[in-house]
Amino acid sequence: MTLITRILSKIGSATVDAVWTLGTASVFIFRVLSRSAIVLRRPRLLVAEMHFAGVLSLVIIIVSGLFVGLVLGLQGYETLKRYGSTGAVGTLVALSLVRELGPVVSALLFASRAGSAITAEIGIMKTTEQLSAMEMMAVDPHARVVAPMFWGGFLSMPLLAAIFSAMGIIGGYLITVVVIGVDSGAFWSQMQASVDFHHDILNGVIKSIVFGAAVSSIAVYEGYASVPTAEGVSRAVTRTVVTSALAVLALDFVLTAFMFTGVH
Amino acid sequence: MIKKTDLLQLSSINFAYGQTQIFADLNVGFEAGKVTAIMGGSGSGKTTILKLIGGQVSPQQGHVAWGDRAINQMKHNELYSYRKSLGMLFQFGALFTDLNVFENVAFPLREQTALPESAIKDLVLMKLHAVGLRGAQKLMPAELSGGMARRVALARAIALDPSLMLYDEPFTGLDPISTAITGNLIRTLNDALGITSVFVTHDIKASFKVADEVILLSRGTVTARGTPSELLDSRDPLVRQFVQGEVDGPVPFHVHSEAYRDDLKLESEERNW
Repeated sequence: MTLITRILSKIGSATVDAVWTLGTASVFIFRVLSRSAIVLRRPRLLVAEMHFAGVLSLVIIIVSGLFVGLVLGLQGYETLKRYGSTGAVGTLVALSLVRELGPVVSALLFASRAGSAITAEIGIMKTTEQLSAMEMMAVDPHARVVAPMFWGGFLSMPLLAAIFSAMGIIGGYLITVVVIGVDSGAFWSQMQASVDFHHDILNGVIKSIVFGAAVSSIAVYEGYASVPTAEGVSRAVTRTVVTSALAVLALDFVLTAFMFTGVH
Repeated sequence: MIKKTDLLQLSSINFAYGQTQIFADLNVGFEAGKVTAIMGGSGSGKTTILKLIGGQVSPQQGHVAWGDRAINQMKHNELYSYRKSLGMLFQFGALFTDLNVFENVAFPLREQTALPESAIKDLVLMKLHAVGLRGAQKLMPAELSGGMARRVALARAIALDPSLMLYDEPFTGLDPISTAITGNLIRTLNDALGITSVFVTHDIKASFKVADEVILLSRGTVTARGTPSELLDSRDPLVRQFVQGEVDGPVPFHVHSEAYRDDLKLESEERNW
């Protein structure tokens, strides 16, 4: 086989594998969605998973949001000072957070904290035959285990992004108004005048919903499709974090292009 | 080897995992009300038979039938409905690690019935009492020994009063006392509940004590079927090798390989000299 044939063969094989994985994942997610009525019938399952994915991620989201806000405030103040418009720092912090950093950074943190935990839990349940045991008890794991985890993650993500943005704005306020001495009225009034509910906040919420769906889908699929060994689960967790990060950044570009640059 | 009286039948089964052929034209049956042991070397497909019966895998060819119900042709809902009449004990118990012993046994009752909490409590305690672990109801799976975990899993498997019990390697890793207890439970539950039991194992001593009938698998098909005493008296070299645990015989010590000289490249080296 010549070098070119080998390269073509490898590209072809990788493409077939990628399409196959995408197809399998789509079928899996469709199956989970079609068996999701359980989260309405038994909301306690959903609440438990929202606690697992959402509440337990609060610390990292709050602390990171605060620090991102502090840094944004500092950088924004230093830049705006050159143009004599330091009062606009509130606008800069708020727009950066609600449009971009809130949804994106919280999605990346969510993938690392909650996504990896979801994949590991499902993967270990598979390795220890707990999912098979459930199937043999005539309990569908797609409905009983995976659907509440998916919806728990999906619903937690926008809430976490909102908390992240709110903490960032508080961080920005603390560093610019309380520490540096920017006028508090200018900080809040310029923010209020410049941040549009539909154009900025709603689009940010839409982004976090899309990221929530993407990260939760990747996390549950990787867990369910993991090779049932210690190494297999470890690889699945790594894939969840890496694939989620790439998916979030790629989706962010596409969504930003449609939402904020007039490309329709 | 299927008898007319067999309620559970696997006929003309061809099954492969990818390129690895496990069964070629396998015919095997299980009589109702009996305890049947499936034995065979590692990789002979013992656990696969349980998976075929449970509908976890489907054969590429052939039929798996429970009475007049074709298991391998069931749709999702029908299969899950059939599984409500099954109990399966997994090799290492497969207990839910985030639930305590009581909740593990209560799990199928909570999922499959609308019984009030008081009835669930009574049933769980009855099942735990049957396996001698009523006193361990508040323990977590991590606090149980291997034998205890297996008994809790057994209590969970019989929670819905199945008519068919499947056991995957129930004696593996157990000390002699736990092995005897587990064997005794398999026998007692089968007789007391009037069910059919199938278990796969390597443990000749324990299984011959418990089983009504033994099925020996080799090379993708059934080599022998009979009562424990019939197998003990068998003159078939393969049966004798397995029952006596002989190192060499029809099942060779070495897996199939190229000639030793070729692997060591002796000839080519000789030529180089």
